[in-house]
Amino acid sequence: MAINFLYPDYEVARNCDRCIVCRACERQCANEVHEYVDTLNKMVCDDAKCVNCHRCVSLCPTRALKIVKSGNTYKENMNWSGKTINEVYRQAGSGGVLLSSMGNPEEYPIYFDKILLNASQVTNPSIDPLREPMETTVFLGAKPHNIERGEDGRIKNNLPPQLKLSMPVMFSAMSYGSISYNAHESLARAAEELGILYNTGEGGLHEDFYRYGKNTVVQVASGRFGVHPQYLNSGAAVEIKMGQGAKPGIGGHLPGAKIVGDISRTRMIPEGSDAISPAPHHDIYSIEDLRQLVYSLKEATDYKKPVIVKIAAVHNVAAIASGIARSGADIISIDGFRGGTGAAPTRIRDNVGIPIELALASVDSRLREEGIRDDVSIIVGGSIRSSADIVRAVALGADCVYVATSALLALGCHLCRSCHAGKCNWGIATQSPELVKRLNPDIGYKRLVNLMTAWQHEIKEMMGGMGINSIESLKGNRLMLRGVGLNEKELSILGIKHAGE
Amino acid sequence: MQEFQTRRRCGREGRVRIPSGCAITGIISKSGRRMSGERVIRSISVMHDRSNGLGGGFAAYGIYPEYRDYYAFHIFYESSAAKKECEEFLERHFDIINLSKIPTRKVKEITNEPLIWRYFLTPLPTKLADSQLDEREFVVKCVFHINAGADMKGAYVFSCGKDMGVFKAVGFPEDVGRFYKLEEYEGYCFTAHGRYPTNTPGWWGGAHPFALLDYSVVHNGEISSYDANRRAIEMYGYKCSLQTDTEVITYIIDYLHRKKRLTLDEIALVVAAPFWQTIGRMEQRDRETHEYLRTIFSSQLITGPFSILVGFEGGLMALNDRLKLRSMVVGERADMVYIASEEAAIRIIEPNLDALWAPLGGQPVIIRANGGEA
Repeated sequence: MAINFLYPDYEVARNCDRCIVCRACERQCANEVHEYVDTLNKMVCDDAKCVNCHRCVSLCPTRALKIVKSGNTYKENMNWSGKTINEVYRQAGSGGVLLSSMGNPEEYPIYFDKILLNASQVTNPSIDPLREPMETTVFLGAKPHNIERGEDGRIKNNLPPQLKLSMPVMFSAMSYGSISYNAHESLARAAEELGILYNTGEGGLHEDFYRYGKNTVVQVASGRFGVHPQYLNSGAAVEIKMGQGAKPGIGGHLPGAKIVGDISRTRMIPEGSDAISPAPHHDIYSIEDLRQLVYSLKEATDYKKPVIVKIAAVHNVAAIASGIARSGADIISIDGFRGGTGAAPTRIRDNVGIPIELALASVDSRLREEGIRDDVSIIVGGSIRSSADIVRAVALGADCVYVATSALLALGCHLCRSCHAGKCNWGIATQSPELVKRLNPDIGYKRLVNLMTAWQHEIKEMMGGMGINSIESLKGNRLMLRGVGLNEKELSILGIKHAGE
Repeated sequence: MQEFQTRRRCGREGRVRIPSGCAITGIISKSGRRMSGERVIRSISVMHDRSNGLGGGFAAYGIYPEYRDYYAFHIFYESSAAKKECEEFLERHFDIINLSKIPTRKVKEITNEPLIWRYFLTPLPTKLADSQLDEREFVVKCVFHINAGADMKGAYVFSCGKDMGVFKAVGFPEDVGRFYKLEEYEGYCFTAHGRYPTNTPGWWGGAHPFALLDYSVVHNGEISSYDANRRAIEMYGYKCSLQTDTEVITYIIDYLHRKKRLTLDEIALVVAAPFWQTIGRMEQRDRETHEYLRTIFSSQLITGPFSILVGFEGGLMALNDRLKLRSMVVGERADMVYIASEEAAIRIIEPNLDALWAPLGGQPVIIRANGGEA
C-alpha cells in the first residue's frame, strides 16, 4: 500500500441493526465490495472497490445500506484539490492516460440553468393542453427552395427525405458493445412506441433489431464498424459521426473485453480486439471530402434517407456548421461538452469543447445570417436533462434534441461514471451475461416510454403557458427566453435579453 | 423638439416590442364600386373603447385611378432636412410623376404631426435594369433602404402600393379619419384600425395599417410566435424594424404571395394551419399538400390570438388564428361585404344584412372585387 494508497472517495455505511445478512449486496455487486464473514455471521466491505452505483443500496431489503462521502481529506489547498492530487498519484503509479465515463462533471457554467421561460398574462391567453390540441410533431430534413406546380396548378411534392417525430427528441448514439443488448432493445422498442428514433451508435446493428428500422438512425463513424449496404438501408437516416461532445478530436474507444460474441459479429471485427476508431475519418481531411462521403451514403441509400452529420461543439462550431450545411447534409447534430460517453480520456472529457447552449445559439444565428438555415435541421445534445432544457433548446433554435444520459437513468443508471470498467451492475454498460440479464427490456422500454411521455406533457404545459400551440412556433423564438446572471457577452451570443428587460 | 418628447416617453417604436389590443373593420364592394371613406370612419368609431387613442389608421384601395400605374408613396418626415435628403434619393431611383402634401385638416385631438407627403413614382428604367431585380422587388428594396435610416434619418415610407394608400396617426381612428379628410376619397375597399398598445408609443409610423406594396394589414391580437416568425422572415431579406406583429405578418404575406407565389387560400393553410389531427383525417392528396405546406413553411405558422384583414390589389382577405382567440364577424348585404371585430361596427353602417356569420378559426374569407387577382 503505502505510497500507492488512495483513500476511497466514498464509504459504504451499513446499519448492522438493520442488516439481516441476506447477502443480497454480495450477490449484486460485480465489483466485489461486499463479503460475508462466516465466523462472525456478518457482512464486511471494501470501500475502495465501490464505484457508488447504488445497486446494493437499491436492493437491500431492510434499507441497511447507504453510500456516504468519506471524510478523509488532504490539507486544504485551493489550488491542489484532493482529486487533482489523487490523479497525479494514479498516473505516477500506472504511467497511463486516465479514463472516465459519462459527461463532464466539472464546475463549468450550465447556461440552461440561467435561462428562464416566458408565460402569457392578460394581453394574450395561455392555452390549456388538457382542453385544446397542442402539437409537438416535428419534421427533420432539408427544405426545398422552390415551390413547383403541376399543370393542374397543384403543388408538387418536391420534399427531400424527412424524419417525422412525434416530439422533438431522439435517443442519441450509444453503440451496441458500449451498452448491452437489452439496453438497445429497450431503446429500439421505446422509440417505436413513441414515434421517435434511436441511434445505433458506431457499433453496427444487431440483426434482431433490423425490424425497428424505421425508428433507427444508423451511424457511420471513422472506424466503419459494422457498416455494409444492408445496414445503411435498414435505418430511417444515416448519421456520419465526425465528433462527440465528450471527446472532441478523438474517435470512439471500446475495450476488447467488451468485444464478445454477437458484438464481434455485429462490428465485423475479431473477438477480444480493441475497437479504437481513428481520430479523424481518414477519407475526410476537409469539408470537400465530407461532401463526398455525404453523397456516397446518399448514393448507397438511393437518396431516400436524410444524412445527418454529427459534430462536437468546439470553438469555431458556427463556421464548421455553415460548411456542413453546404455539404449536402440534411441535418446537423451538435454535441455539447457535457455529453456522455462509455469511455474517454479524462483530460479530454473535462477540458475540450464548449457548452451546447452557446454552440447552438451561434450556429443557428450564423446559418440564418447566411440564409441557409432552411437547408438543414439542427439536433443538439450534451446535455439535455429535462423537458425544460428541451423547450430552451428549441427556443434557442434547435429542431430537435438528442438525449442519452437521461435515457440511461431511466433504465437504472446511477451515474457512477464507471462504464469503461464493463462491470455495470445495472446491466447497461456491460457485456457480462449475468449482469445484462438484470436489465429487463420489457420494463426498460416502458420506463423510457414513461419518461418521454411525461416530458411531452411538460413541454405541452410550458408551450401552452406561452400561448403557443405548435412546436414550430417555439423554434428559434428567443423572445420567450430571458437570462439571469449572465453578462452582456453571454446574452449577445445566446441572442436573448436579460430578465427584466 | 418633437423627437425629444417622443423619446422621453418610451423611445421610438421598434426599440421595444409593444403588445396591443385593437379594433379592426373592413368594407369592400364585390363589384368594385367606389364609395366614400366616410362609412368606414363611422364603423370604426363605434369600437372607440377597443382603442386608447394611441394609434389609428386606414387603408383605402382604388383611390388613385388617375395614377393607377404609379407607386403611390406616402412618407412621414421629421424635418425638412429629412425631406430634402429623401427626395434626392427618390430622384436618383424614380421618375417622380407628381408630388404633394397629403391634405389634412386641423383636429384638436391630433397633435405633433410630422410632414406628410405623397409621391407618384415609377422606377427609372436604367436603375431598374442595373439592379437586376423585378420592378416590385426594386420598390421594396428602396423602401427598406429609406426606412432603415442608415444614410438618411427622419424619413419613413408608410405606404407604397399602386392605386391605394395608407393614412395613419397617433390618435383615435375616427379623429385620424377626419384629420386626413378620408371622406373625400373614393375607393372600392377600406380597412381601419384602432390601437390599444400596452405602452406609450409616440410615433406615427408605429400606427396601423402596416403596408408593403399593395398589401396592407390591420391586425388585432398578440401573436406568440412573433420571434420565430421574425427571425425566419429576416433571413429572406426583410428587416423588422418596428417589432410589431402587424409588420411581421405583412412581410410573411408578401413573402408567401409575391415571392413564393402561394394562393391566398394556401397562405391561410400556412399561417393558420389546420391541426395535424385534422390533416390526418383528410384524403391522400389533400393530406399531402397540407403536410407539405406545414413542413416547408413551419416558420411562417402564426400562433396566439389574431384576427387580420389583408388588403391587396382587387380584394380583401380576413383570417382568424387557428383557435379563434379574437372576435371577428362578417356581414353581407347585396354587393357589399363588411368584416369587423364587433357586429355593432357593421350594424351602424348597414342595419339590414342579408347574412351575418363568424368565420371559424383558420378559415379564410377572401373577397375579390371585380378583376381582383389571386
